[in-house]
Amino acid sequence: MSRINEEQVRYVANLARLSFDDDAIKKFTTQLDDIIGFAEQLNELDTEGIEPTTHVLDMHNVMRDDVVEPSLPREEALKNAPVQEDGQVKVPLIMEAD
Amino acid sequence: MPLFEEGLVHLKKKIHSKEIKASDLIDEAYARINEVDGKVKAFLTLNEEAAREEARTIDENGTDEDTLLFGMPIGIKDNLVTKGLRTTCASHILENYDPLYDATVIEKVRTQKGIMIGKLNMDEFAMGSSTENSGFALTRNPWDLERVPGGSSGGSAASVAAGEVLFALGSDTGGSIRQPSAFCGVVGMKPTYGRVSRFGLVAFASSLDQVGPITRTVEDNAYLLETIAGLDRHDSTSADVPVPHYSETLTGDIKGLRVAVPKEYLGEGIDEAVKDKIKAAIRQLEALGAVCEEVSLPHSKYAVPAYYVIASSEASANLARFDGVRYGVRAESNDLIDMYKKSRSEGFGDEVKRRIMLGTFALSSGYYDAYYKKAQQVRTLIKQDFEKVLENHDIIVGPATPTTAFKIGEKVDDPLTMYANDLLTIPVNLAGVPAISLPCGLADGLPVGLQMIGRPFAEGTLYKAAHAYEQTAGFQLTPAFKGANE
Amino acid sequence: MSNFETVIGLEVHVELKTKTKAFCGCANEFGAPPNTHTCPICLGHPGVLPILNREAVDFAIKAALALNCEISRETKFDRKNYFYPDNPKAYQISQFDQPIGRNGFIEIEVDGKKKKIGVHRLHLEEDAGKLNHLADGSGSLVDFNRVGTPLIEIVSEADMRTPQEAYAYLDKLKAIMQYIGVSDVKMEEGSLRCDANISIRPYGQTEFGTKTELKNLNSFAFVEKGLAYEERRQEKILLSGGVVEQETRRYNDATKTTTLMRGKEGSDDYRYFPEPDIIKLKIDQDWIDRIEAEIPELPDSRQKRYIEELGLPEYDAMVLTQVKTMSDFFENSISEGADPKLVSNWLMGDVSAYLNSNYKTIDQVPMTPQGLAKLVQLIEKGTISSKIAKKIFKTLIEEGGDPEEIVQAKGLVQISDEGALHELMDPILAANKQSMIDYKNGKDRALGFLVGQVMKQSHGKANPNMVNKIILEEIEKL
Repeated sequence: MSRINEEQVRYVANLARLSFDDDAIKKFTTQLDDIIGFAEQLNELDTEGIEPTTHVLDMHNVMRDDVVEPSLPREEALKNAPVQEDGQVKVPLIMEAD
Repeated sequence: MPLFEEGLVHLKKKIHSKEIKASDLIDEAYARINEVDGKVKAFLTLNEEAAREEARTIDENGTDEDTLLFGMPIGIKDNLVTKGLRTTCASHILENYDPLYDATVIEKVRTQKGIMIGKLNMDEFAMGSSTENSGFALTRNPWDLERVPGGSSGGSAASVAAGEVLFALGSDTGGSIRQPSAFCGVVGMKPTYGRVSRFGLVAFASSLDQVGPITRTVEDNAYLLETIAGLDRHDSTSADVPVPHYSETLTGDIKGLRVAVPKEYLGEGIDEAVKDKIKAAIRQLEALGAVCEEVSLPHSKYAVPAYYVIASSEASANLARFDGVRYGVRAESNDLIDMYKKSRSEGFGDEVKRRIMLGTFALSSGYYDAYYKKAQQVRTLIKQDFEKVLENHDIIVGPATPTTAFKIGEKVDDPLTMYANDLLTIPVNLAGVPAISLPCGLADGLPVGLQMIGRPFAEGTLYKAAHAYEQTAGFQLTPAFKGANE
Repeated sequence: MSNFETVIGLEVHVELKTKTKAFCGCANEFGAPPNTHTCPICLGHPGVLPILNREAVDFAIKAALALNCEISRETKFDRKNYFYPDNPKAYQISQFDQPIGRNGFIEIEVDGKKKKIGVHRLHLEEDAGKLNHLADGSGSLVDFNRVGTPLIEIVSEADMRTPQEAYAYLDKLKAIMQYIGVSDVKMEEGSLRCDANISIRPYGQTEFGTKTELKNLNSFAFVEKGLAYEERRQEKILLSGGVVEQETRRYNDATKTTTLMRGKEGSDDYRYFPEPDIIKLKIDQDWIDRIEAEIPELPDSRQKRYIEELGLPEYDAMVLTQVKTMSDFFENSISEGADPKLVSNWLMGDVSAYLNSNYKTIDQVPMTPQGLAKLVQLIEKGTISSKIAKKIFKTLIEEGGDPEEIVQAKGLVQISDEGALHELMDPILAANKQSMIDYKNGKDRALGFLVGQVMKQSHGKANPNMVNKIILEEIEKL
């Protein structure tokens, strides 16, 4: 039984801002289905009540003082930007800003 | 004998005594690159002009014995950002990326006067186990050019094995230092999570990534880790634990060292030839006075699936910033969403897309608990396995990889088989503990890697054990460049 | 009277005025030239890592305490994933399931009725950049200066029942943030932003109706107007047998209406997960106590004190405490010994009028609390008349200084000396004998005329009470 269908793959691709042609969608559906099936081995384990590990280090409260450090000169900050105008990065027009 | 085979301590002495110059080392590096890199293809970008200039400065300004890497030629995996030196992560999406700053480890290398020879090939964004996922070049194993160097730090391991640099920096998220080190017959350390700053390491899976050294010898490895380790105010996850002088732990004395041998690491799925070499190495450790005992890490088989869920989930967020807006390659489009999709689809390779897709799926609405949270819970169990064994043992020993280097193209179309190759290295990253891989002989002419795993921040113990073994193993590892003349 | 009850909840974002951004050392400053306050970290360059600003956490705890929230003793940050050009990492560092503060409340007063509005949660997150849409339609420009500014998001319970209550909630929230000094709370600069959720339901129904979310509410007035419009819109739909759609709507002030922005199907899948680059926070009692000790007296408490201890009318107490700088000014004035009600009258009257017509706030004028106190005291002592006081006030608020010196410099001291007054008044009275006689014969208005003549001759400097007294004495002598 497949765990993931093409429609889900298209949904996920859109979330991830990736586009695939139909053949690629088919291939990815099969591959992701295999990998997800593989991941479902984890269900063999009873993890009821087990704390998830997000950080392996038992540390807390790592913070910095509120002290200003120099920012980049604008030309430096933008030097890798593919398109710029008036000291800002230019992107295709956004129709609905919120 | 090529200079680099002498190791850091001798080379530094020679420079200090003016027997050689820093420039001689840099000459050797680029000469060797000219000679063999056409075949090995370890490098993506060379730093020749700047490197020669730095060497000249060192030669002119005299020596400072306290400077750890004085004039030593070092190669850098191309996912460590280097100011003014193109950094690509072997991805088309970053093919012209000019970093604005130096990674903390790069700053430390510069401060200690290491000389960067160039940037090394890797699997794109460190996702892979063969370096076949590079967007730019196919790196070959110096032992057999038909075989992969391993990955993702394949360029780093291959360049060290091929004698192009004295040593290199790599990164290890699920085995990316240890596996290529094993395949190429060099020494690779994945430090404790938090031991080395990740600032400037282009993130793949933030809770697993660590930078570490790849070297010819254990001693060099110890010096290089000492150079790059330590608390960094730019990395909240870097630990406030003092960095010892690792080289001072290399006494050769491991009498009474309690060594655990997990049965899962010498069981199903491990090549017999690999097992034989590992068992021989264990006997060697016993001969040196170590006390070896079989143990179990019962959740080992769940490490690979848990890892792929966790690492891919984190990666899906970490790689979202490559959107064609502020840097990197942007595809032409008048529509914002279309621009995003085209830039990313054209810029990323298949394996990267596969993992972004998997991670995005695992985090998406309705699946988080079933996949991501479950995997993080399993991670807890795996971590507890290690804690239990390391309570009564100083180190854990086993193979670094289930096989020796495989053939180019052999697994590249089968993600799951490729992933399974990392079953012995991945648990270590999930648990955050340190581990080293070092050569323990050849099987069918290919190096076998012995993996030693230690307690958190006990890299010194690993160096001590690895060094004791290395000194008595009695074999010389020089790659054969098989297939070079075909 | 409508058959429907309105249910309103507000989500307010408040920018914290720390010196630096939430996760890097770039200056947190409004109004700088585009892209001059950025670094690899806030630009989301490859390899960078966030380091949490302690002051931002302190401010968030302070705000949570001031809003009567419980503080999470252990908390963490999460990544909220979405692509947008103003969001460089394509995730926002936020807090998902362990907000710093929970279960607080704000007390409001509408039409004399007090009401507690619940604060569901308060969490710390980072702001996005700014987009400027080009008029020629060729694209949008991104300014990353604002990226990474620490923000607190304050989510109310759906406890408000009228747009006026929503307005009062925002007003009080703004005052509290100002009092504790964590934000400029200027809606026009975007340091306070508000989204509103609104639904209606028949009276007596316990479950909520379908809500719509209102955006682009750029002033408190827009919030009130937008909600009022939306209330009527939903009511019309329900009365005509329709169904309210769950959607996001934009308020348009030109038309005073709301228009559809996006429907429910466009809702996002943010894929929250714990931020691996930031270590968890443990907030212990010591930390909370330290912040608690820094919280000044809040408006509610001041208001109560003004009424109970200073005897001010409720209205005065409410108006004076709305803005912290005004309330501070008031307190500093009365601590100089000036009468509270008199100071209050000046602040609510002439001072407010001046500030409003000049678009200034009390901290932007040269007049000091000591100055106003002195002015009030000069009137009380009879040194100057209230008429002269008005003249002095103009100088005082525009140029500052000591009212006593202004009085001297302008020669405006009130003439209260009997001899001096006689000297001034005798010729006037002699010339107006008829009026004195008229008064004596019962023509009351004649007195006012006489006083007026004296005041005119003295350019307002004669003490009117004394003048009155002297005139009556002289009439008596007739």
